[in-house]
Amino acid sequence: MLTRLIPHPLLSLTLIFVWLGLVNTFTLGNLILGSVFGLFVPMFTAAYWPDRPRIARPFKVAEYILVVLWDIVVANVQVALIILFKPESKIRSQWIPVPLDLTSAEAITVLAGTITMTPGTVSATLAADGSAILVHCLHTDDPDAVRDEIKTRYERRLMEIFP
Amino acid sequence: MSIVAEILVSFALVVSGIFGLVGSVGLVKLKNTLQRLHAPTKATSLGVGGVLIASMIYFYAKYGQVSFHELLITLFLFLTAPITANFIAKAYMARNLGDKDVPETTGEYGWSIYDDPPSPGSDR
Repeated sequence: MLTRLIPHPLLSLTLIFVWLGLVNTFTLGNLILGSVFGLFVPMFTAAYWPDRPRIARPFKVAEYILVVLWDIVVANVQVALIILFKPESKIRSQWIPVPLDLTSAEAITVLAGTITMTPGTVSATLAADGSAILVHCLHTDDPDAVRDEIKTRYERRLMEIFP
Repeated sequence: MSIVAEILVSFALVVSGIFGLVGSVGLVKLKNTLQRLHAPTKATSLGVGGVLIASMIYFYAKYGQVSFHELLITLFLFLTAPITANFIAKAYMARNLGDKDVPETTGEYGWSIYDDPPSPGSDR
């Protein structure tokens, strides 16, 4: 009964959090209104989003967010150093194809976003069958290491989150 | 507002200013579109982040209220920035590069810009 009423608890929680953030004051009325949104929005949108993935381990999501936030800070400093101190002729940009083990569209979207936000890499496009992702790297001497880092650091964690 | 809060706010603002500037320098210095794409997606996210942290500390120290708008701005920024970068990269690839200019895929299909997706029923 409860799972039919709230098919996606995490989405509902996110909506409540976003609503409380938008109104910026925590009152009972706002909490109730936010809960109404959290209850009805997933219900009404379910038809437009078939095969919605289930999050297997919510705590892994928190771990993933912290890892990515830390990497974004590191990425900023690294890219800033490359921009400021590396002579233009020494910047070696490369394309790196990364084979994907993830299959769900949502998981690949999260991975592509993560790649763009983190060290010196931008995700450019997917293979037509979604089996690989093409990454552009601002500067690297060792493309294989970049590929392995994406696979072990982000994709492995996403595999645990989206089974 | 206490001196500690003022120092923290100024520090966050200066850091964000530096990163915003570096992002813009990158736009000028790097030579092609794909390299320039790296500057605004990264250097600027910490630039905006610094301003948002400064804003949260300021409102907490000055008015004693915790503001959640900054967290939402961060959330929405992280949702939209990669998508913009991805679209610019795709548009650039479609207009200026061919499938010989980028490495091969690891599977049997080409990159989605140059190759059609598998049609239902076919198995190549």
